Amino acid sequence: MGGSDGRQDDGPLAIRARGITKCFGDVVALDGIDLDVTRGQIHGLAGPNGAGKTTLLGLLLGLSVADGGSLEILGAPVGRALAAPDGVAGFVDGPGLYPSLTARRNLGALAGLRGRGRSAAAGADIDDALDQVGLTEVADDKVRGFSLGMRQRLGLAAALLTRPRLLVLDEPSNGLDPAGTRHVRGVLERLAASGTAVVLSSHRMDDLEALCEEVTIVATGRVVFSGPLAKLAAENRELDYRLLTSDACAARELAGGTDGISVVSSGATRYGADSLVVRAPVAALDSLVSRLVGAGVALRELAPVVSPLEAAFLALTEHKEDAR
Amino acid sequence: MTSTTPTTPTTAERAEPAAATRAAARVPAAALPVSVARGCRFELVKLVSQWRIRLLVLVCWVAPGLFVAAVAEQSTLPSDTLFGRWMHATGWAGPLVILAFAGTWALPLLTSLVAGDVFAAEDRLGTWRHLLVAVRSPRRIFVAKALASLTVIVLLTAGLALSGVVGGLLTVGHRPLVGLDGHVLSASDAAGKVLLAWACALAPTLALAAIGLLGSVTLGRSPMGLLLPALVALAMQLAQLLPLPVGVRVALPGYAFVSWNGLFTDPVQSGPLLIGVGVALVWAVTATALAYLLFVRRDFTNPAAAGAGRRALAVGVLPLAALLAVSVAAVGAAAPATGSGITRAKVQRSLATAFAHLYRVQTADLHRPAVTEAQLRASAACTKSGVGDGAQGAGNDWRCVVSWHLPDVAATGQAIYQLDITADGRFVADGDGPKDVNGYFLVRTATGDAPNPLWQFDGNVELLAAAH
Repeated sequence: MGGSDGRQDDGPLAIRARGITKCFGDVVALDGIDLDVTRGQIHGLAGPNGAGKTTLLGLLLGLSVADGGSLEILGAPVGRALAAPDGVAGFVDGPGLYPSLTARRNLGALAGLRGRGRSAAAGADIDDALDQVGLTEVADDKVRGFSLGMRQRLGLAAALLTRPRLLVLDEPSNGLDPAGTRHVRGVLERLAASGTAVVLSSHRMDDLEALCEEVTIVATGRVVFSGPLAKLAAENRELDYRLLTSDACAARELAGGTDGISVVSSGATRYGADSLVVRAPVAALDSLVSRLVGAGVALRELAPVVSPLEAAFLALTEHKEDAR
Repeated sequence: MTSTTPTTPTTAERAEPAAATRAAARVPAAALPVSVARGCRFELVKLVSQWRIRLLVLVCWVAPGLFVAAVAEQSTLPSDTLFGRWMHATGWAGPLVILAFAGTWALPLLTSLVAGDVFAAEDRLGTWRHLLVAVRSPRRIFVAKALASLTVIVLLTAGLALSGVVGGLLTVGHRPLVGLDGHVLSASDAAGKVLLAWACALAPTLALAAIGLLGSVTLGRSPMGLLLPALVALAMQLAQLLPLPVGVRVALPGYAFVSWNGLFTDPVQSGPLLIGVGVALVWAVTATALAYLLFVRRDFTNPAAAGAGRRALAVGVLPLAALLAVSVAAVGAAAPATGSGITRAKVQRSLATAFAHLYRVQTADLHRPAVTEAQLRASAACTKSGVGDGAQGAGNDWRCVVSWHLPDVAATGQAIYQLDITADGRFVADGDGPKDVNGYFLVRTATGDAPNPLWQFDGNVELLAAAH
């Protein structure tokens, strides 16, 4: 992050949180949270309902202050004042939009807050933001008639308009159709490529897997995992995989005879009569694939029944919930 | 090994990275909180975008003028409303009739719909967090919202006033106005006092608006928050109907909706007016300050916390109750009047004064030789339910005999009036004979035929004046 692109040279970390605690009365919402998010990275935040994600996002957006611990955002320590830190934008619990205004007017009013409401440059930025999220055609429609997905995209456009260096998003894919999802993902990837850090809270594991290099999983106010997705997958060695082969009977026999593999189901499963579900670590699965090929059985499909992230999420959070 | 399929950018998306990178790579805007002026403009944009507010603006700027113009074309007048009986005589009576109505109904409802909703709307839409992230300062959000709602309320109030004025002047004309004590104000004097009366009514309007802000902050999306100013106004109107001690009546924040009447007497009854305006402004400041304190302490991370909660309700209500008690004590200690403030001596004085002034008006209308109030030496002797000495209080059972003298006439003229005096000191005097003095007959005036001015007329008793 040098000065050549006009950004402040204030360290590689967009977020550095240490021992963050936050209580609401007797309820401990955050209990010693550590979090590092690098600039230019899309960082996933996952956790069950009530885990403290929204509280954490609220702290990042300046909606509340931590009771304890230290928090640095974009290189600057966050004080006790209730205000969004410099360069931070985003939303929690859905974007805040005014239904009586059009999409363009919503963004124009926001631009006006920054003193740029009526300038030609502001108009161009608004058009640009609407274009990025694919809402150009409905720019002059009132938000009252927007679907949830359109509102999400407009919320993202509103965040883009502030030219954030840290973008905090809570469930941005809620209500999005496949085209909308692709739009949003494209925007986030381009933002990250330009150096903006993105914190993405989502229950949709496909989103996190598609976008995030690193992920933090919280449960009951504590971090239960934080790191690269690959590390998470590696930590959860046994997964259920679905196999579709040219000869289901042979495949079942070969799977049953391979060390480390257990057949979970075969035959008439919801995946089809020719499918097979096995539970195995990656190394055993590699061995099975070799044996299938050696036996002349064509492998048509091999995929985890649930994604590694989802499996890890369930394993980590269910364990935590049980412990509680 | 996952089943995730990488997304393939479309042609359009491939063309977009430059735009995305350009937007993101610019120097970030300053992190300073948004200025109050910009915040206020933002709030105004939101308010004006609501059809409800647009409709209110339209109605306030059009309806009073249409009403005054319509009354000018009618043969009957709204004589039960203060100055209603003079609507055919001058265009300046119309805006006063509108003011009397507005103080009772329109202004409390307007403040409810604007100030009572300005914070609650964000709760309803779930936009608080968005707003806080955008503006970066709860304090400035509060100030911007308060100023924006104040702007809209002043705009609506100005519409009510100016529309009535324009309607009156266009349909009836810029003519002298008969005051509440019967004396005739020149057209220009009437204009100034009409505008001043509307300005005085802004004070209790601001008090109601501040109560609306407090309700909106405290009760969030609850309908009670929206209705609070209207309910408070209704409670104050009910209180004005009750036989309350004068100290309590004048210390109510809505009293300035009544005390502007004192502008239309000679001399001006400035005591109740100034106290009413002062009390209202203190209420406005106090309620706004309480709303501010509650708002800046609000926890915006808790989605369940729509409004500041029951404890906050107590925090908001108790100081206002204390303010009312202090106001009552202060006014009670300072005011020379006690009890209802309506005494026999004051009633007699008010009636005799109004009669003398209106006698001159009648004399002019009937083209008789002019007399002065000093020559008339009018006096009144009143009883209430047959009781003379010690008669006091509101009621429609006041009966008065007015006596006057004419130059070079030895006999003393006498006329009887039935008075209906309301608890706020206003009265309607109804002539009860002799018919050629205060009976119903038409007189020819500059604006056409009009009822005998001594037949029925409005007056008021200054509640705070000393009894003797």
